[in-house]
Amino acid sequence: MRTLAASIAFLTALVAFVPGVPPFWISLFNLIGLASLVAIGLVILTGVGGMTSFGQAAFVGFGAYTSAILTTQYGLSPWATLPIALLVTAVAALLIGLVTIRLSGHYLPLGTIAWGMAIYTLFGNLQITGGFNGISGVPPLTLFGVALVDPKQVYPLVWLSVVVAVVATRNLLNSRVGRAIRALRGGRIAAESFGIHTERYKLAVFLYAALLAGLSGWLFAHIQRAVTPTAFGLNAGIEYLLMAVLGGAGHVYGAILGAAVVVMLKDQLQDVLPIFFGSGGSYEVVVFGLMLYLILQFARDGLWPLIAARFPKTTGRAIEIPSGNVVGAPDGSERVGSEILRANGLVKRFGGLVAVNGVDLSVRAGEIVTLLGPNGAGKSTTFDLLTGISRPSAGEIALSGRRVEGVPSRRIAALGVGRTFQHVKLVGDMTVLENVALGAHLRGRAGFLRSVLKLDRGEEHRLMRMAGQALDLIGLADQAATPVSELSLGSSRLVEIARALCLEPKLLLLDEPAAGLRKFEKDALALVLQRLRRDGLGILLVEHDMDFVMNLTDRILVLDFGTLIAEGVPAEIRANAKVQQAYLGGVA
Amino acid sequence: MDSSIAIFLAQDGILNGSIYALLAVAFVILFSVTRVIFVAQGDFVAYGGLTLSALERGQTPGSLWVLLVFGIVAGLLELGRARGFGLRQRYRAIILAYFLLPCAVAAAHWLGMGELNGACRILLALALVVPLGPYIYVIFFKGLANSSTLNLLIVSVGVHWVLTGVGLLSFGAEGYRTNEMLSAVYQIGPLTITSQSLSVIVLTVAIMLVLYFFFNRSLEGKALRATAISTRGARLVGISAESAGTRAFTMASAIGAASGILISPITTLYYDSGFLIGLKGFIAAIIGGFASYPAAVIGALGIGLAEAFCSFWASALKDAIVFGLVIPVLIWRSLLSTHPEEE
Amino acid sequence: MTVHLSVSSITAGYQKKDVLHELRLSVLRGQIVSLIGPNGAGKSTFLLSLMGLVRSSGSIRYEGEEISGLPTEERVRMGMSLVSEKRDLFSALSVEDNLILGSYARNRADRSHSLDEVFSLFPRLKERRRQEALTLSGGERQMLAMGRALMAKPKLLLLDEPSLGLAPLIVRDIFTIIQRLQQAGISILLVEQNARAALEIASWGYVLELGSFVLVGSAAALAQDPRVLASYLGSADIGSAHYADEGRNISERVV
Repeated sequence: MRTLAASIAFLTALVAFVPGVPPFWISLFNLIGLASLVAIGLVILTGVGGMTSFGQAAFVGFGAYTSAILTTQYGLSPWATLPIALLVTAVAALLIGLVTIRLSGHYLPLGTIAWGMAIYTLFGNLQITGGFNGISGVPPLTLFGVALVDPKQVYPLVWLSVVVAVVATRNLLNSRVGRAIRALRGGRIAAESFGIHTERYKLAVFLYAALLAGLSGWLFAHIQRAVTPTAFGLNAGIEYLLMAVLGGAGHVYGAILGAAVVVMLKDQLQDVLPIFFGSGGSYEVVVFGLMLYLILQFARDGLWPLIAARFPKTTGRAIEIPSGNVVGAPDGSERVGSEILRANGLVKRFGGLVAVNGVDLSVRAGEIVTLLGPNGAGKSTTFDLLTGISRPSAGEIALSGRRVEGVPSRRIAALGVGRTFQHVKLVGDMTVLENVALGAHLRGRAGFLRSVLKLDRGEEHRLMRMAGQALDLIGLADQAATPVSELSLGSSRLVEIARALCLEPKLLLLDEPAAGLRKFEKDALALVLQRLRRDGLGILLVEHDMDFVMNLTDRILVLDFGTLIAEGVPAEIRANAKVQQAYLGGVA
Repeated sequence: MDSSIAIFLAQDGILNGSIYALLAVAFVILFSVTRVIFVAQGDFVAYGGLTLSALERGQTPGSLWVLLVFGIVAGLLELGRARGFGLRQRYRAIILAYFLLPCAVAAAHWLGMGELNGACRILLALALVVPLGPYIYVIFFKGLANSSTLNLLIVSVGVHWVLTGVGLLSFGAEGYRTNEMLSAVYQIGPLTITSQSLSVIVLTVAIMLVLYFFFNRSLEGKALRATAISTRGARLVGISAESAGTRAFTMASAIGAASGILISPITTLYYDSGFLIGLKGFIAAIIGGFASYPAAVIGALGIGLAEAFCSFWASALKDAIVFGLVIPVLIWRSLLSTHPEEE
Repeated sequence: MTVHLSVSSITAGYQKKDVLHELRLSVLRGQIVSLIGPNGAGKSTFLLSLMGLVRSSGSIRYEGEEISGLPTEERVRMGMSLVSEKRDLFSALSVEDNLILGSYARNRADRSHSLDEVFSLFPRLKERRRQEALTLSGGERQMLAMGRALMAKPKLLLLDEPSLGLAPLIVRDIFTIIQRLQQAGISILLVEQNARAALEIASWGYVLELGSFVLVGSAAALAQDPRVLASYLGSADIGSAHYADEGRNISERVV
């Protein structure tokens, strides 16, 4: 796949220099290039980050107008306006982004429609932007004294920018930051459970996409040499989204493909449709509208995956996992038997309903404790309290003596608590190793800049090695390069555990790890847990499967209606009449 | 400004606000029953008004052809679906609703119904536009029942584009106004009220009352509300989600078309005027959180008034202000509701 | 006694995962059949698949007709009614509206008559008829859900964990009502975690574990069988073939 993309890129580069190619085509390719920049940003924002924006065209406008105003009214040179245009776009994106990322669910795209329209109206109505007539007479870019006016002259610059954008984005996606961004889609709760500050990353992605759009705007201004608001309105914003959806949200090359299809189609339609329907209107939107529908109905993942599927998959990079220090082993500061978790008098009320009613529990290093109870007994709520997802109405929680009620879950993760989820939350389009490496997020520090410039390789190797060792510990080292979507449920659960181990936790909280597993998978899981216990980890399980739990756990706590009704070793619990009553019930 | 200007602006604001309120209600109905955020709602307004004006000029409205084409496409899709389920008994109903209905309406037009009198014209205009609602549902949304709200929103945008382009084809690029049907003018103190604008407000109130009684007193209305509250619960009592969708879209197109007919004597309508009008109703619906009707109506009136007064003071920026105001509302709404995690 | 409901080879699940494997079950007319088993066994999924709310393959014959291809609404019209685990009430509507909607599928004439019957069965609902369903207590919600299902005048009633979250005394009331319904001629398929109560009123029982039936037999015999207890609370020795190993349907008749 890589060589194919590279050769296409090479051929595209040559096109400009082949004599006899009509300049009209070159112009079209320039437009495709400009659109690609925006589409790439949008693909990351929507496809990877999970935030659908209808308003990217507004940021193109910021870049274009800033430069147009500064060059026509203040006489600055176009190259000098580039950093300023990007700065203005960044500031706008920061302000708009702070508001937008706080919107949840479908309010986010609605919000982007709102500010997209507001900004478009501003562009069309302010004096300084020239109102609806816009600004004309924008000077072209000059290189070594030559003015880049001809499409052929501009072409290399445009596509160089696209190449830079592609490389930067791919670097970004294959880094610690990239993994964190990809994890955003799986939901806040999962991402924060391995320490990712979701708001910060959402804002960063938003800014990244806006900057790419701003760059496209700056180029646009100096190529078209005139700037009018129509290019930055809601229709344009929707077209960019169409490109991203067409190409396949999440695929960088798909963005370019989507941009190409839309631009060429629009051009063709603008020529052809008036023949049938008369001039006087833009009918191509009808076709675009139908296209949007058809894609969402039949090719929801966009066109790129359909094309990419026809080419042989490149095998993943060979990954060696050196043996060595075992990750997950506590650093010795926790003696076996010392108390890692203690909760006293935990209460959680939801309005009038008391879901957890005065629960005490503790977990020591090198111990496996299980939380049992029938449906609705309050086990998941207790879990949420312990992992910082919700705040207790009363009671105390202490981790190694340190009080943590009300501490957000990503800080609890940083304090050495790892967890898994009842419904496995892995990032589908990453490999097993990359998913596990997510757990090591807090162990690294490379930020956006280092990732984009690929200066993070040393740290990446270290993080990957950690991930590899964790995989080794759970026995799935040979699956490191497998895409997670191909794993069985049993293996997925083990991968979640490996991910939690990368936090170098003292305490593991496992939510129904055996649910839906077959017998041999449960045996494998039990072995892993026993090993972890020997290494000094404390483990708290919520489970339903008695057979699985009975031979594994040291202690059992039974909840019913939010209250602790029994505590003891498995044999005692099984014989306990109250427990039997709670489970089997009876008629009073 | 003096009080007479203020009163004039307020009147204008309430008039526009009433239309926004109607559209806001349509948005809320559609979203709560089908989870579709139907940005194309405004296009029904344009279609309604322009169809009436074409009839008035004695021409065949372009929407007639739209009705026929959409009807045929929808009918074919439904026949295919019924066959897939082996539900032969539905064939007759499908043919009636999707093939015969448009033909009957077309026949009514060609037999001269539109020339009888104003009331018949209005009825014909409604008959030409209202069925588009369920047809659009059947063609574009029925098959996507399990999609996320976001996908449905994107498809709505696509539908809007289709309707706009087709609207241009059907009605041309010119703007039209219909003749005033009522020409009395009333003077109450400092207020000058035309009977036309009075009729808008009266009819808006009437429509709201009808909707209120429908949703609160009739079984079908309660059934629609039930579908909005719990789709599974509704199915368990025998209410099918698909028929609920058809009904909701019918109500939306009826409200849209009626709104268009109401304002066509007062405003010049173009093929693409609907979008902006719809957008303001849309914002009012957002104020109501896409759930509360009273909040949406109040929000709509507020938007109408804000617009009227802003246009007096800073006409260029009034749209920007209105759109900008949405954002704090969205934040507030977003904080109020907790969304389940999207996977 | 005639067969009211008979299903075979039911395999059902969500997305790509199958939760139920090749199940076979029947309910005779006027009979109460109990389906018990631990959490996560798939009991709710089974009832949902009978109503067509979950993807499933296999044959479902109701009153002799194959209904596996019909949409849920049709099955309701034919006389099947489900009280789901989540109750699926119309929380913003009044108690009375919830009940009336229960008879949506029936003719107008019958409706008010049934409403009186339901109110006499659940007097507490009558007291609260104008209140929003949201404001009811857990037990009252359960009653409302059952009342709504009864408004459809079902011939086959599917109950998903009617005792869930209820205090023991209310559970007793509910189970008494269930027996009365059976005496009135309604066939009942009862899914319960509360095994003892469920087996006490039923005549036949199935034990579901991990998507397959591991025990089948008369309710009386199952109630005495120690393997039922083990199914819920694990067994003393590991390796006792208590699991349904995938692929095999261990079905033992206990009479």
